Amino acid sequence: MAVVTEEPKAGFRLGMLIYDTRYRSITIQIVVLFLVMLGAAWLIDNLLRNLAALGRGIDFGFLWNRAGYDINQTLVEYTNDSTHARATLVGLLNTLLIAFLGCVAATVLGVIAGVLRLSKNWVVARLMTVYVEIFRNIPLLLWILMIYTVFTEALPAPNAFRGENPAASMALFDTVAFTNRYTAIPWLVFDRSLGWLQLGPIWLNLDFTAIIVALVGGFLINRAILKRATRIQEATGVRPTTWWQSLLALFGPIIVLKFALGTHFDYPSLQGFNFTGGLQVSNSLVALWLALTLYTAAFIAEIVRAGINAISRGQSEAAFALGLRPGRTMSLIILPQAMRVIIPPLISQYLNLTKNSSLAIAVGYMDLRGTLGGITLNQTGRGLEAMLLLMLIYLIISLTISSAMNVYNQSVKLKER
Amino acid sequence: MNTSTSTFVRTEMLPQQAPPITEAGAVKWLRENLFSSVLNTILTILGVAAVAYLVMHIAPWLSRSVWNANTLSECRQIITERYGEGATGACWAVIRERWPQYLFGFYPSHLYWRPVLAFVLLCVAVAPVLFDKLPRKMLWFSLVYPAVGFWLLWGGSVWVPVMALAGFAIGYAAARIVKPLAGTIIATIAAVLAPVLWWLFLAGPAADAMQSILPVALQAVRSREFGGFVLAFTIGFTGIAFSLPLGIMLALGRQSDMFIVNKLSVGFIEFIRGVPLITLLFTASLLLNYFLPPGTDFDIILRVIIMVVLFAAAYIAEVVRGGLAALPRGQYEAADALGLDYWKAQRLIIMPQALKISIPGIVSTFIGLFKDTTLVVFVGLLDPLKGITDAVRASTDWKGIYWEPYIFVGTIFFVFCFAMSRYSMYLEGKLKTDHR
Repeated sequence: MAVVTEEPKAGFRLGMLIYDTRYRSITIQIVVLFLVMLGAAWLIDNLLRNLAALGRGIDFGFLWNRAGYDINQTLVEYTNDSTHARATLVGLLNTLLIAFLGCVAATVLGVIAGVLRLSKNWVVARLMTVYVEIFRNIPLLLWILMIYTVFTEALPAPNAFRGENPAASMALFDTVAFTNRYTAIPWLVFDRSLGWLQLGPIWLNLDFTAIIVALVGGFLINRAILKRATRIQEATGVRPTTWWQSLLALFGPIIVLKFALGTHFDYPSLQGFNFTGGLQVSNSLVALWLALTLYTAAFIAEIVRAGINAISRGQSEAAFALGLRPGRTMSLIILPQAMRVIIPPLISQYLNLTKNSSLAIAVGYMDLRGTLGGITLNQTGRGLEAMLLLMLIYLIISLTISSAMNVYNQSVKLKER
Repeated sequence: MNTSTSTFVRTEMLPQQAPPITEAGAVKWLRENLFSSVLNTILTILGVAAVAYLVMHIAPWLSRSVWNANTLSECRQIITERYGEGATGACWAVIRERWPQYLFGFYPSHLYWRPVLAFVLLCVAVAPVLFDKLPRKMLWFSLVYPAVGFWLLWGGSVWVPVMALAGFAIGYAAARIVKPLAGTIIATIAAVLAPVLWWLFLAGPAADAMQSILPVALQAVRSREFGGFVLAFTIGFTGIAFSLPLGIMLALGRQSDMFIVNKLSVGFIEFIRGVPLITLLFTASLLLNYFLPPGTDFDIILRVIIMVVLFAAAYIAEVVRGGLAALPRGQYEAADALGLDYWKAQRLIIMPQALKISIPGIVSTFIGLFKDTTLVVFVGLLDPLKGITDAVRASTDWKGIYWEPYIFVGTIFFVFCFAMSRYSMYLEGKLKTDHR
């Protein structure tokens, strides 16, 4: 504080401080910086003294020790002989998995609910209002716990599906089995698999990579085709027929891939007391995914509704006056403008969903918080290091999502001159 | 003109006819709102079917509620006796039996009157803040309430909160004394510095001294004994009260031209918004001891409140920043032209408008904060949602019950959060000054 009492003395008159804002702001900044550094120094000094008293330093070496615990659901190969770093990676991938699944489903559901809430249909609009209000005003943790509890307590055990006259039966034309331990769903198998590719510590499944490449490639080719058609239309006035090219581009690669890899669905079936075949998704993942989706979708519905409401009626009236049909009005006039309003809050909802996925701890889904911030932390006693790493990873995820979305936001922003 | 070619001329008006049946009354409403197109008709039918399905499943269950039973099996037995074999019904008896636990956690049962009184006084303190029709003098009680509420909830010597409040009086007095001697700026510094020094070095001994002279104390309750909705409300309301001013300061910092202040605010806001609240709470419970002088023991509820306040403040800062950005530049320029200094401009011109714009965002942050109080269960506090419900579900009497506790807790959260969102709409309507 010495700075404040000394500096004003140099030429201290009240009037001078009011008029010479540059002088005043530098004084304030120096004081703030001084206080912040003082606080930081105090904290670091305490930290060092505490660590010295405990007789240890900051050491991330524990990451390369044997983890020694099992994780029930892993996207990459993992055994309890793997390292803590590997367990962290498993947790990170599980976090990203639930975040991705949740964002996709919440967007779909949220957009539908938001549009329906604006519908002229009284019953549907009211229903959606009730849905949005109920889910927005009750803690997410309650939804996670309730859905999980209902799954584990109310659903039949796998062996209830046995016998001539079983107590439970599979849903959706005998393809999906909801049990109290897991949900068995059909899954893709490849007769002529491409196998795996090792990239450093990560094994890449080439089959799924090929499918993703085919989907994205088809989408990009289709866009190029449409662009070319628009160019020709603008040059000559005649739009070439493109629908068969589009169909070929979108679905051709996938169909070729299907026959090349011998892809087909493997359905779950009961063998003894358990289901085999297909994919068994743990109930913690399903419950977490459902709860995150329903909860976040309620917020997204409000964002979508606000976005569409923000576009003045004059825009759609002008479009109708130009002779555009309602569908074209929506896609050419309303949505592009509404997107500008919708995207920024939508990004923060995606971020919220990703951060909320750390509630997985309540249902025992092993995400980043469960592996690195849970068992690893407790086993090694390296609380400081584990929490620092955990925060850093979450921070990186958040900043990556928000910067990626900001790039998109820039591209749709109103181009002002 | 002869009569044979003259045209018909009506000399009297026909009586007015009723509109077509499809264009009036309920039929018109139905046609326009429910059956205007094929898609709409399908949606209506689906919607009605969904409602009917839900009602048909929930209504019988609710109508067979049992309020008096001591265990779940007893409850089920009563339902079977009354409604026959295989009937299911709601067993609200669990709420009735565990009601004190849901409200107070493990708060000593002979002291239940204290949180109840604190809650009643909270309502009195909050009312003049929410509704400006009430007498303005009541605001004085609102200002004193934090100390009163603290004393009622935690107990202990009355002199601790009194001495804490005295800090504000000392700050005010310092400002009044110094101002004629050394001017406004020094007076402001004195008004900040004097209370801080008081709280750090003198308040504790002063409270001890007064306690030995005039002992007035309530039985002390430890933070670990807090639980249930008392805990949720304590954290929620303290968080709300403190996060708004801090959030506004952060927003101003982020808007500031001063490089260091700006970067510090941005760094803080982005860091807090980038990590989940759970990790912050864990930091508070596990790591805070590393950063405090060796041997310090820091109250767990206070730690949690600090983290919740910091978390909510970062979000409020972003909301308020949006409100500040939405103001036309002309408002700032007009304030400058009137010769107002920075704080006066903020207080009289900028903030009233910016805060008005940000009301919905601020209130939804508050709602989020209140809902997030349930997360304290992960640092070992007994929140009503998971902490108490897990304890109930783990007891032999109520093993296997799940719908009723969750519905009960959910309803209470819904009531308070919904009330907050309605209040924000009321406030928006009241403050609306445009003439559209």
